[in-house]
Amino acid sequence: MPLAIRCSQLTKTYPGKPPVEAVRGVDLAVDEGECFGVLGPNGAGKTTTIEILEGLLAPTSGDVEVLGLRWEEKPQEIRQQIGVSLQETQLSEKLSVLETLTLFRSFYRQGIDPRDAMARVALQEKAKAWVKTLSGGQKQRLAVATALVGDPRLLFLDEPTTGLDPQSRRDLWEIIGDCRRQGRTVLLTTHYMEEAERLCDRVAIVDRGKVIALGSPAELIAGLGGEHVVEFSLEATNNGREESVAAWDDLPGVTGIRREQDRHQLSVTLPHVVIPALLDRLQQKGQRLASLTTRHASLDDVFVKVAGRTIQEAEKQEA
Amino acid sequence: MNPSQHTPVRLPWLPLWQLVLARLREFCREPAAIFWVYVFPILTMLTLGIAFRNKPVEQITVLVQEGPQAQALLAALTNDAEGRFRAKIVDDETARRQLRIGKSDLVISAPSSEEPAYHYYFDPTKPGGVLARNAADDVLQRAAGRKDLVVTHVHEVSEPGGRYIDFLVPGLLGVGIMGGGLWGVGFAIVDMRIRKLLKRFLATPMRRSHFLAAVMISRLLFTIPEIVFLLVCARWFFGVVNHGSYLAVGLVILMGTIEFAGIGLLVASRAKTLETVSGLMNLVMLPMWMASGIFFSYERFPEEVQSVIRYLPLTPLIDALRAIMLEGATLASLWLPLLIITIYGMASFVLALRWFRWN
Repeated sequence: MPLAIRCSQLTKTYPGKPPVEAVRGVDLAVDEGECFGVLGPNGAGKTTTIEILEGLLAPTSGDVEVLGLRWEEKPQEIRQQIGVSLQETQLSEKLSVLETLTLFRSFYRQGIDPRDAMARVALQEKAKAWVKTLSGGQKQRLAVATALVGDPRLLFLDEPTTGLDPQSRRDLWEIIGDCRRQGRTVLLTTHYMEEAERLCDRVAIVDRGKVIALGSPAELIAGLGGEHVVEFSLEATNNGREESVAAWDDLPGVTGIRREQDRHQLSVTLPHVVIPALLDRLQQKGQRLASLTTRHASLDDVFVKVAGRTIQEAEKQEA
Repeated sequence: MNPSQHTPVRLPWLPLWQLVLARLREFCREPAAIFWVYVFPILTMLTLGIAFRNKPVEQITVLVQEGPQAQALLAALTNDAEGRFRAKIVDDETARRQLRIGKSDLVISAPSSEEPAYHYYFDPTKPGGVLARNAADDVLQRAAGRKDLVVTHVHEVSEPGGRYIDFLVPGLLGVGIMGGGLWGVGFAIVDMRIRKLLKRFLATPMRRSHFLAAVMISRLLFTIPEIVFLLVCARWFFGVVNHGSYLAVGLVILMGTIEFAGIGLLVASRAKTLETVSGLMNLVMLPMWMASGIFFSYERFPEEVQSVIRYLPLTPLIDALRAIMLEGATLASLWLPLLIITIYGMASFVLALRWFRWN
């Protein structure tokens, strides 16, 4: 299958004191027609990476090909075939939705009718409304429509749902899903792992300017050794505090263990085998549960495993 | 997605036209911009036109110091055939104070038995003082019996063209063009840069030259009604007429608009915040506001300073407009100011394009 995006050994260092190495050697290969997610905490280098691929930033070093073309050689050819939604673009507030889309449509050799673009993001009723009267979710849908109006083969969406309410987020997921079904390649960045799981065929997890995991969400989760997580905490007793993670290591079917403050997290394949064994063990030790939950493992768990910290911790540290 | 589906290019989709249209729409939907561009120059013209209107006869304020001959002196002044004096008798203290604070042009002390001469007190650095002394002296000498040796006739001339308002209107046209170019282009571009709209455009196949051309064209389009409106109001309220050709005025305005749009582009080429660009624009405009002869002739400055002022971007524009409108000058005779305008316009464009920051 031809590649929509290929980049190798991509780096970007912003000059300064000290220089900031935002991207430190990223390799990506995105197939035509797939929805590819770049995910990681804020400050991981996602936006820098996507802006290099969009031709908005020059890499410090490395090699980029978009739709088989190079930015140095055929920038206008690439721009004709991609659609971009940047993080936090404020479109002109005093233009209407239809005027904005007509303006963007005029930049492309070929494309779809602005009214069709409006329909694809369900903004027909707002055709004559000024941009400043739109809600956050509507503005974001309009931003995606400006990317669609040139009928792109490849769509770049930088944090398309950040800051949106749950309903607006689901609306955008629908729109992105439609794009993929139409055969467009989609590259999106997000720091919501749930979003990547829902939308993406494959994801690259980035942290500190590097790809630390790559694969389909299912593969990555399977790589944890168990698709379920059993999470529990104990009532504080005299000897309860001394329990190390090793205490649960030998329970049948436990493939990984992690402790976050007073909560113990077991990665397991078969919760119905592990839980009775866990309860038996606690009874033997004379300890009592304060809480017990089970859930499907998520990309958050994958991030914790490969980055050695949670996303929230990572964002706090980068800030 | 269907790559073979070609959409024919229709006028509504010409990018340059769409970019111009977008700028026009944004401008027309911004009430504050309308005020500054259209209402503000008119208010300035009305205010200054009324404040500096030609008064029927300039009155001279004279104070006569108390004394035995004061009444006779007062009578001589108030009986002046031309009625130029507004005179009254006051005590020494009041006379001195009024003269010092500029409420009076001249103080006269009448002769007395111990001092047989008239004394004039005035400030020679104020034009009113000298004028008052000469006029009063004339009247007093004649009242004392002086005979004029030659016959003189006075013809008063006050036609449209020589009044302050006639001087002011070309200045206001110039200042409108300067402000419009700097604020209209500079501010708009920095605003778009901050909103990341420039970056968003850069991610499309939009041609950068189309964008810059659209900014220029929309600026020219805003200028036309602004100029026409100001000229019509000047004619309507004050009878200001153009003694030269309207074509020449139009051409100079076109050149000035391009010049200041270029300077606006240059000022905005790298600025990343509205504070920076506002500061830069004020820095650029302030010397011209004060020195380029908008409200008063720059010939009041010393000669060395004038030779600098003449080469500021606004000065040749106002000079050319004034020469055409007041004196009916031809474009050919204005080659020097027009050359300066052209050089500023071209140089600022070239530099702006080189330095322009899209991100």
